[in-house]
Amino acid sequence: MASIQIVKELKRGIITENPILILALGLCPSLAVSTSVKNGLGMGLAATFVLALSNVIISIIKGWIPDKVRIPCFIVVIATFVSILQLLIKAYVPLLDEQLGIFIPLIVVNCIILGRAEAFASKNNPVRSLVDGLVMGLGFTVSLLILSCIREFLGSNKLWDLLVVPGFKPMTAMILAPGGFFAIAFVMGVVNWIRGWEKKEARKA
Amino acid sequence: MSTEESSAQTGGAPAGGADAANATKAVRAFDPPFLHLSTPPHIRSNLTVSKIMLAVIAAMVPALAASVVFFGVEAALLPILVCIVAAVATECVANLILRKGQTTGDFSAVVTGMLVAFNLPPALPLWMAALGSVFAIAVAKMVFGGLGCNFINPALAGRAFLVASYPAPMTSYPPTLYGSVNGLAVKAATATDTLSNAVSSATSAHISTPAVADSVTGAAAAAADSLADTAALAASKLAAAASSVADTVSAAAASAASAIDAVSSATPLYVIKHVFAMNAYRPNDFSPALKDLFFGNVGGCIGETSALALLIGGIFLMLIRAIDFRVPFAYIFTVFTLFWLANGTGAFFTVESLITPTFHILAGGLFLGAFFMATDPVTSPITPLGRLLFGIGCGALTFTIRKYGGYPEGVSFSILLMNLVAPLIDRCTRPKIYGEVKKHG
Repeated sequence: MASIQIVKELKRGIITENPILILALGLCPSLAVSTSVKNGLGMGLAATFVLALSNVIISIIKGWIPDKVRIPCFIVVIATFVSILQLLIKAYVPLLDEQLGIFIPLIVVNCIILGRAEAFASKNNPVRSLVDGLVMGLGFTVSLLILSCIREFLGSNKLWDLLVVPGFKPMTAMILAPGGFFAIAFVMGVVNWIRGWEKKEARKA
Repeated sequence: MSTEESSAQTGGAPAGGADAANATKAVRAFDPPFLHLSTPPHIRSNLTVSKIMLAVIAAMVPALAASVVFFGVEAALLPILVCIVAAVATECVANLILRKGQTTGDFSAVVTGMLVAFNLPPALPLWMAALGSVFAIAVAKMVFGGLGCNFINPALAGRAFLVASYPAPMTSYPPTLYGSVNGLAVKAATATDTLSNAVSSATSAHISTPAVADSVTGAAAAAADSLADTAALAASKLAAAASSVADTVSAAAASAASAIDAVSSATPLYVIKHVFAMNAYRPNDFSPALKDLFFGNVGGCIGETSALALLIGGIFLMLIRAIDFRVPFAYIFTVFTLFWLANGTGAFFTVESLITPTFHILAGGLFLGAFFMATDPVTSPITPLGRLLFGIGCGALTFTIRKYGGYPEGVSFSILLMNLVAPLIDRCTRPKIYGEVKKHG
């Protein structure tokens, strides 16, 4: 039973409630850091770390938070974990810190994290909140990986900093801001097309 | 177009059984006894989209001919053909994927393909030209719903994508077949050689050809901009300096300079911008170039080379009323006026003061943009006042970019930016509806 539950949760985080591609949350960091697979993975894992831990803490203290000031309280918890994360990254992976720059502190205002705190962690128990944070973070990471693969390949002809196709002249526009919009729009379009097709099949059956 | 309209008409007729169907049929045959009920438009003309597009294509033929004359079949005609084929094929495939009716028959994709090619430098790699066309049709047009639904000019979007992706090939302009770089290579050289002796000192003594070539490349590498165009400017500087040494040396320098020019050359707008930046502008240096600019013997994009050919096409389109005269007139007039006010001579009512504005309206893509792209009926305002404002906005932006911006040319970006505000202009200039009373009178 437990394994079925896990698969269900994973499907929810990565596919049916994918934070970027379905809920369209956290688009700002997605546009900014999906220029290369390394950055995308780094950002995804960083956000997952903060998301999971802040979800747990918020779920534990949800009984003591007055309803009127819940958003500032959530932000304080999230900011704490972002500070921890930033110091850790600065200490152990300074290169990633250099690459992601301002976008690590900006995780504080990431809509996905605040959104899950508000919509899930403040209403559920700590264990479920932890699972929710992990699968949502995984969904975010997977979407970032898809976007950054497309953008890094088309924009600089590389994947994980390795040259892919010799002779292919990369389109620099794809690693600039417009390329981010093109990639997100394209992937969202494909996802919606698949979902529409699935719905049609389900109706037939 | 006509089938769409007739179907709309059928759909607008009152729904019913066989009688209604008969009635519609009869109405479509314009049978007098039946009352004609239909949705607008009520006034019909046989002017269809495909006819207008064919007229635009016809209007572009002079510019196409000029480009072939000045750049040759391989550098100009081939990219144009490739772009047209790529554009039509992309539209065809997009229609198949989106399961829409084929719209390639309206020739709008041919026009877009031609305009994309007109906006590219000659001798660009053909796959790059095709990519621009594919982007223009697929991303800027079909994704938004095809003709009439795109919010920016597809051809310019294709160009903008290529400029962002491949900046170096997109800004390297070969000289024309008749060797003219910018109509003023010599004049620009004399203007610049009075200034900086840093480069020319390198060529002061006895110099052989390789040495000149070396210093040319050295100068280019040292140039902070590191644009290929800089090399051309440095080369013309060197050529000018060397000519004062000895005939043989100057010949060597000239050959070195032309070797660099084969890679790229400074466009007229690039030269005038730099001469202005170095405070070395003398209007009379630039007046001999006006003739070449007018007839087209200058480096630049494929379609923009000859102002005369574009003018012929533009006047033809205005005469058959395919385009509104307001947009190109307001656009060109604004650019002329602003450059006249900033003409660099300090005087306003002399012959010299008119050289800068004339140079600026003839050089670069202004005529191409003003007649063929700013007038795009889909992406420009529809009200008369709105069109005037649109043209003025384009002109002001072009002036700003050319005068103060990082790029020497700003026509494409100014039209794209004004495309974005076209709906707003339409809203603000909406004409009063007949009988409407002002709310806050």
